[in-house]
Amino acid sequence: MALQDKYKELLDTANASGVPDLQVAELDGVLHINGTAPSGDVKDKLWNIYGQIDPNFLSGDVVMDIQVATAVAGAKVKVVTESTNLNIRKGPGTDQPIVGKAAHGEIVTLISKMNEQWWLIRTDGGAEGYSYAQYLQPE
Amino acid sequence: MKLRYLTTSIMAMGLFFMIACKSKPKDSEIMKTATTAVQTIPGVTADVKEGVVTLSGTVSTEAEKTAAETAVKAVKDVKSVVNNITVTPPAPPAAPVAVTADDSLKTAVAAVVKDFPGVTVDVKDGVLTVTGEAKADRWKTLKMALDALHPKKVDAKGLKVK
Repeated sequence: MALQDKYKELLDTANASGVPDLQVAELDGVLHINGTAPSGDVKDKLWNIYGQIDPNFLSGDVVMDIQVATAVAGAKVKVVTESTNLNIRKGPGTDQPIVGKAAHGEIVTLISKMNEQWWLIRTDGGAEGYSYAQYLQPE
Repeated sequence: MKLRYLTTSIMAMGLFFMIACKSKPKDSEIMKTATTAVQTIPGVTADVKEGVVTLSGTVSTEAEKTAAETAVKAVKDVKSVVNNITVTPPAPPAAPVAVTADDSLKTAVAAVVKDFPGVTVDVKDGVLTVTGEAKADRWKTLKMALDALHPKKVDAKGLKVK
């Protein structure tokens, strides 16, 4: 319970911001927080609060996975690589051949989610394939 | 003859009122005691009509439902108990944490970490141990990606954040 107290602000904000399926569970001294945020902004907000309570996320007492509800098939997502192009691959896996690239900051269409890591996307240029979800931010 | 009928009917009416008057305060008395009896079980309310107590509300366990009924049955003058309490088990407060198996974690971690030069992530028993160095914003991105893999823990004590 001490962990839930430490991260009370984070949990309260998640509840107040409308994360309907918020799940909080403690396992071996680590607080696992899962849920779906209504927008990318809410996800950012939650991560910022987490970063305030635990600067630089170094305590290792939280594992938080917040999905974004707007990241549904047909939605526009932005390529959020650090600066480079995003590889679009034939299949879900880094061992798959690259079939195209999306530029940093480009808006692409999310066709479907293979899983939480690999999303099938299409660029306006017509390139279609799998990219790593970490670099795709729902608008 | 007429007088006798009148007397009889007056007496009958009197008797009726007596019963009616007598049964009313009784219900309210039962109500009072029954309400006190179920007070310990939150979410349960008691209603009394002619000595019959109807229990309603929602509790989380079958035991609470039975306890409420037992408590009310013990109340004086209660003829019977209608137990309309519904049992709704609470949503599992601590959903079992699904920790990804090491094999799938290793594959996924490798795919994530390759874009973070200078950072090494070891996988053991569901725990991701992060070492090396990274800029604060890059580490945040990495931490988000690692957490999304559902590890047991992300231990970054060995990481130098610039």
